[in-house]
Amino acid sequence: MYIYDDIDQRLIDERVAQYRDQTRRYLAGELTDDEFRPLRLQNGLYIQRHAPMLRVAIPYGLLGSRQMRKLADIARRYDKGYAHFTTRQDIQFNWPQLERVPDILADLATVQMHAIQTSGSCVRNITTDQFAGVAPDEVVDPRPLAEILRQWSSFHPEFAYLPRKFKIAINGALDDRAVVQVHDIGLGCHLDDVGRISLQVWVGGGLGRTPMIGSLIREHLEWQHMLTYVEAILRVYNRYGRRDNAFKARIKILVKALGAEEFARQVEAEWAHLKDGPSTITEAEFERVASFFRRRDHEILEDHSAEPDRHLAGDRAFAAWVKRCVHPHRVPGYRAVTLSLKPTGVAPGDITDRQMDAAADLADRYSFGELRVSHEQNLILADVKLASLPALWQEARAHGLATPNTGLLTDIICCPGGDFCSLANAKSIPIAEAVQRRFDDLDYLHDIGELDLNISGCMNSCGHHHVAHIGVLGVDKDGSEWYQITLGGSQGNEAAIGSVIGPSFAASEVPGVIERLIETYLEERTPEERFIDTLRRIGPAPFKARVYDRVQEVA
Amino acid sequence: MSNLIKNGAVVPDTWTLVALPAPAEETVRKQAGKVVVFKLTGEPAATPEQVAAAVIPPLGHVLVPLAVWRARSQELLPRLAAGELGIWMQTHELVEDLVASVDDLNALPVIAVHFPRFADGRGFTIATLLRIRYGYRNEIRAIGDVLRDQLFYMKRCGFNAYLIRRDRSAAEALASLRDFSEPYQGAVDNPLPVWRRHARVGYHGAAAPRLQAAREDEVD
Repeated sequence: MYIYDDIDQRLIDERVAQYRDQTRRYLAGELTDDEFRPLRLQNGLYIQRHAPMLRVAIPYGLLGSRQMRKLADIARRYDKGYAHFTTRQDIQFNWPQLERVPDILADLATVQMHAIQTSGSCVRNITTDQFAGVAPDEVVDPRPLAEILRQWSSFHPEFAYLPRKFKIAINGALDDRAVVQVHDIGLGCHLDDVGRISLQVWVGGGLGRTPMIGSLIREHLEWQHMLTYVEAILRVYNRYGRRDNAFKARIKILVKALGAEEFARQVEAEWAHLKDGPSTITEAEFERVASFFRRRDHEILEDHSAEPDRHLAGDRAFAAWVKRCVHPHRVPGYRAVTLSLKPTGVAPGDITDRQMDAAADLADRYSFGELRVSHEQNLILADVKLASLPALWQEARAHGLATPNTGLLTDIICCPGGDFCSLANAKSIPIAEAVQRRFDDLDYLHDIGELDLNISGCMNSCGHHHVAHIGVLGVDKDGSEWYQITLGGSQGNEAAIGSVIGPSFAASEVPGVIERLIETYLEERTPEERFIDTLRRIGPAPFKARVYDRVQEVA
Repeated sequence: MSNLIKNGAVVPDTWTLVALPAPAEETVRKQAGKVVVFKLTGEPAATPEQVAAAVIPPLGHVLVPLAVWRARSQELLPRLAAGELGIWMQTHELVEDLVASVDDLNALPVIAVHFPRFADGRGFTIATLLRIRYGYRNEIRAIGDVLRDQLFYMKRCGFNAYLIRRDRSAAEALASLRDFSEPYQGAVDNPLPVWRRHARVGYHGAAAPRLQAAREDEVD
């Protein structure tokens, strides 16, 4: 992974000093709430229901074991012994004290971490594929470009006060696990005819109040021009994005208002001034950054091992885990492993300090000391030897990190919701838990197969409900909490926004509604169909009929 | 006491700001229940009545609104020739309109950009374009809601003068111009990104000992 030099280190050290002084001035009454708000937000500090919430950046989801131990340490010393991984590959602490945040940042800086631009109207953490560098379907490792973008966007003086938040994702595999089409800018890497890295540029995707799939504004952009092109997009947005209404301030609204073609024309006109300027990425800089991501320590192994096979035959629990949590790897004899943070009864993405320490130990012993955070809010060990799987499984299981549900119904993406977040209309964690309890039977769960169920507590859509096969959105009706169900969303190459099936439900009805949707699928499916396939083939009508007929019967 | 920082020091302010007279009817605009502070880029900045009613002091250095300059340039040309005329613009006005309104942009000793709220990021792009695209070399001054926590970014975007909001100390704000010593990206103050300023080494270089050090730390 990328390792700081003195320049990187000095920048985050100076940031800690700057933020410490801003906090001091705020506490001394020299900064008003309104003046301090953007400053603290650009450092990931929200004021929430119970306490401030601090969001710490995990650039493109990559984390060293030493960093993970520091996060565990912070959870113990400054918080209540746990933290929460987010859908943007960040981590959140729910109970820090505002006065102590500068100390937390100083601690983070000792392990090359920070909370820079994890919130606020600026360029946020750059996200990518959790299997970057190891996925067999990868064409281009997106991490060097992600790191180059991270540096460029950190403290960018012109774009620190955009109309609204700005999210960039980059993908380098055939399967788009970074969901680039629902980001403000999505970059899809591929190779052109002569083997050079080329980028597809998507703009104006996003979830939130007005969910939209991005528009492809450029089919081929040579990698050297990534920064100047992104600069051109941001400049057009910074000048013309709507600042009069926060709900209409995202770039997607501008792209829609102008039309993608006109927006692209304006970007190209701006880019004409910037192209080939000093921000053009040099071969040498790309190589320098890329050198940090190249693994040199894989052993030469056979892509087969007797050890897991023996267990597979004899142990159904191990077999279920291998089926759901072990993923292919481009190097023979290695596999990527998901450590699920979605056991029933725990808020999705939550992790205790002990689990963090345990995950760090597992990373050291089984995966070159590195971990990844996925946007599905799980952890990944990306380089595990095939022969080590049984041993790793035993240990992960002992720490509650081996729930075999990756990609299944109970692998729910969920925001913190009304239990923590002051924006939420409704709670989301108890809904996730109720659904997980309803589908706790593993055989049934595996029989249902791949299914994305995501829950957001309000239309800001942090839980990505729009792109779930089944989405649940908390809404406020006359002061009480209701839940709207959407069907048919999807992420990846076939990204789509789900449609609302009808009137919303009370919290207690939600698990039953999900069950009726699943029953419909099980009755209608052909042998090879996943839930989303059946839904696409027969349409939503039979699902809706089932759900609302029954609701009427009950009423 | 002046609250103007220029070229890194608190200095007396010799310019008189010409305000736009209040419009005949002040309408409070709301969007989604909130009062709209920011105008849309390209919206008119003043009515013809406001432009006509603007009172320009006959003597001394004056900063006039862009809308007034555009409508009354014949009257103001002698002041420009005498080096007594600067222009201030709002963040929702187009920098292209300013550029088109003057034969030689560098005949203006000062261009000021008014921040209605410190969080209006358009001002940073305006200064950047004035410097890089239109080759403006004289003073670019930030006025309005100008606070110390934005100064470093303003400086990087080409501002070299800051009229700190009246209730805050300019002397204290000076420190914020030095918040960071070596930024990553190129900007107006130094167009070179960090990797063109310094030889940075990759994994096989200085990184190796640092990695080693990291492992030693863990022994503690």
